Amino acid sequence: MAEQTQKKLGIAERLYTGQLSYDFMKARKFWFTFSAVLVALTLLVLLVRPLNLGIEFKGGTDFQAPMKIGATTVDDVRSHLNDLSVADLEAQVFSLGDSQIRIQTRSLSPEETATTRAEIAALAGVEPGDVTYNAIGASWGQQITKQGIIALLVFMGLVMLLIAAYFRDWKMSVAAIVAVLHDLVVTVGVYAAVGFTVTPSTVIGVLTILGYSLYDTVVVFDKIRENTKDLEQTNHTYSYQANLAINQVLVRSLNTTIIGVLPVLALFVAGATLQSGPLADLGLALLVGMIAGAYSSLFIAAPLLAWLREREPGMVAHREQIERRKKRHEAKAEVKASHHREAVAATATTSPTGTTPSDAQARQQRRTASSRADRKKHK
Amino acid sequence: MATTAKRRRPGVVLTVFLLIIIGMYVIMAATKTWTPKLGLDLRGGQTITLTATNRSVPMESLELARDIIQQRVDGLGVGEASVAVQGDRNIVVSAPNVERDDLAELVGTTAQLAFRPVLQVGAGTGPSGGESPDPSADPSATPSETPLPGLPTAPASPTPTPTATPSGETGDGADSEALLPMSEVLAYQPTEADLADFESFTCGDDTHDDPSRALVACDESGTSKYLLGPIAIRGQDLNTASFGVPQGELAYAVTLDFNSEGTTRLGELTGALVAQAEPRNMFAIVLDGNVESAATAQDRIANGEAIIRGGFTAESSAALANVLKFGSLPLSFEASQVETVSPTLGGEQLRVGIIAGLLGLAVVALYSFLYYRAMGIVVVLSLAVAAAATYSMMVLLGSVFGFALNLPGIAGAIVGIAVTADSFIIYFERIRDEIREGRSLKSALVSGWEKARGTILISDAVSLLSAVVLFILAVGSVKGFAFTLGLTTLLDLAVVFFFTRPLVELLGRTKFFGEGRKGSGLDAAKMGVTQDSLLGRRLRRRTTPSTTTPQEA
Repeated sequence: MAEQTQKKLGIAERLYTGQLSYDFMKARKFWFTFSAVLVALTLLVLLVRPLNLGIEFKGGTDFQAPMKIGATTVDDVRSHLNDLSVADLEAQVFSLGDSQIRIQTRSLSPEETATTRAEIAALAGVEPGDVTYNAIGASWGQQITKQGIIALLVFMGLVMLLIAAYFRDWKMSVAAIVAVLHDLVVTVGVYAAVGFTVTPSTVIGVLTILGYSLYDTVVVFDKIRENTKDLEQTNHTYSYQANLAINQVLVRSLNTTIIGVLPVLALFVAGATLQSGPLADLGLALLVGMIAGAYSSLFIAAPLLAWLREREPGMVAHREQIERRKKRHEAKAEVKASHHREAVAATATTSPTGTTPSDAQARQQRRTASSRADRKKHK
Repeated sequence: MATTAKRRRPGVVLTVFLLIIIGMYVIMAATKTWTPKLGLDLRGGQTITLTATNRSVPMESLELARDIIQQRVDGLGVGEASVAVQGDRNIVVSAPNVERDDLAELVGTTAQLAFRPVLQVGAGTGPSGGESPDPSADPSATPSETPLPGLPTAPASPTPTPTATPSGETGDGADSEALLPMSEVLAYQPTEADLADFESFTCGDDTHDDPSRALVACDESGTSKYLLGPIAIRGQDLNTASFGVPQGELAYAVTLDFNSEGTTRLGELTGALVAQAEPRNMFAIVLDGNVESAATAQDRIANGEAIIRGGFTAESSAALANVLKFGSLPLSFEASQVETVSPTLGGEQLRVGIIAGLLGLAVVALYSFLYYRAMGIVVVLSLAVAAAATYSMMVLLGSVFGFALNLPGIAGAIVGIAVTADSFIIYFERIRDEIREGRSLKSALVSGWEKARGTILISDAVSLLSAVVLFILAVGSVKGFAFTLGLTTLLDLAVVFFFTRPLVELLGRTKFFGEGRKGSGLDAAKMGVTQDSLLGRRLRRRTTPSTTTPQEA
């Protein structure tokens, strides 16, 4: 048994027992500021460099043809655009990897599309049937944008209700939504900064992020709720318990995020290397959003919730009570000598635990909040 | 601990769940469908999204429009194309393996319904669709169905009036200005050119639909062709059309109800036609240049309520009534998105999607083994079961509801892997937490589940909520994504509840896992508890509330 306890515990275990703990609450001002700066930066970036909207939002026609791409192919194709019979194509030419050429034009009428398609096919030396095209009317973008925004608002509203109903705490809804909005803005910011084209796949990705970010937040909140049950009967503040909760779910959050990110990374890598635009777009949006989501649930949602809750009169009173109690203890502790070795054995009900690196101490800490409540519940 | 009181039968739950999945595969085997239906972005083809230009469209009209467009697409000889209503103003036409640049234009044009007097009837000899006369699709109403030789009735003096209008394609003729007065319609005589057109016309050729001039058109099956006079009554003047068996009759009939202008013109038209000889006593109902029905005027109809009789079945009368109703609707569509994917590219996208999915599964499995050691087996088995269930659901939904897997759908499923794996992590971490709390492994397996259950439920609920909202509100390919995401989330719940949990419980009864052997992922040392504590042999501890302040890292 001795060996067991002597053995150094893994990070996960030390985090769980509170031996290793990062004070998210104390640093919340820093993180709030950090996030605020991030959001402000995003808005700035958006002003300077607006989102690069795909033709799905602007309207236009996008042709793709298989073509061996050499060093000068794109320029060659570009120089041939004037030979095409349809005037004012406003065409842009890109290469997709080394085997596809992509030509984007303004909105074309069906006849113009047919002509251009055939001419592009001739240019690329393939059958017209091999030229893939995607034509989008000008109103399509408005429509998907509108529907997307409606979906966003409805989802936000419903999820706030859901969280408020499940946790019976509307402040959790507020904190969760703030965190989600943060993720949304940051993801958009990354898109604007990097200059990626926003396509419907991006929109799908961004909308999924909402669900994902909330998912993560909900897991943290679940633990906070558990830790803060019967808070009044403990010597801990809401912030303390919330912080413990964050540390306790840290490993879980990391694992969830890693496991979530892995398949998405696969999506992104496969999409990027094999030139599947939609998959790469989606993968990227999800990747950015998931990481932002993990960050925001730990550094924004939970601290914000704690801050909101600490302002309640009941919480203020509770804090004052703890403060008084602590003073009393300090006075008592003065009398006692330094409390290193023997403190653990001290069994007075309210004595502070020592620093013995044992599992006993670990257990005691937690017994206070959750297990006690558990036992009461199960009786 | 009410839940532990009742006897658990993890083996039974597990078996039943697996049997259900096997059952789905048995159904697949019975119907011989082994692959899900693929969307056009994965197998090549053309997808056209038509958006109604009207601000708001009643659902009923949209459904009618869908039927009409389906007929149009079928009429073009585009095999197995599907037409679906999406959202509140979109109609999506999906035509696999089709390379027709004109398709968007053809399916998207406003339906033009008109009533025109018949001038001549001839045999269609149409090349397209002529060889498959669909009996139900030919609700021609009159006994004059038999192709008549069509004697040229007085090819004489071309009437001066109508030819004065500019020839060629003068729009689609919806504008009322172009409509001739009834007297001129009735007085219209076919010109030489008209007759020549009629002679040389074979069904399937393009028609020039000019409201004030003659029109050569075929019926839907292409068996008869008609030379028709100018438009006598426009579709807009038809209030409604219905079908049914009229009182005192035995056969189905289609009833038309006209507005005041339509009524007046119908009265004049039928009044004039009654006196004529066949085929000139007929008027044709023309939709998009196709003769939907040709009826003989038997009486002057003064009250604006016409009945078309003759050989209708319930189906064919409904079809005609729908055609008439839709043709009279002021609906027009524009092709808001046309997507053409060549089969090569489609296959490529499918390949990439599958690679990404398998890659995702593999990395998640690898990570689970690294982190949870032998418990990773549970993750891998659960993921395998979830994947098998998802696959068969996709196949079955494809054959029952026509669900087609598209590229965003694959992406949704890949994200679904993440959601599914998350549930396991929540569950396993919870078990470990419980052990750290000082519970024995046995009771941790139970209490860990009880606590994880709530978290899994609420987090899946959030995921499901987003899927449902997206599915209902979003348009385009987002729908496919939302659908598979929702499907995988639901299946995740089923797998966690009926597979993972019973499996963990069963494994907990084995020595390897139950005693937390090294490498099982549940060993005491890893979780910072003693072996005794893990096995529930520890002494009773004193519980003392602590006042420790948080340590800082």
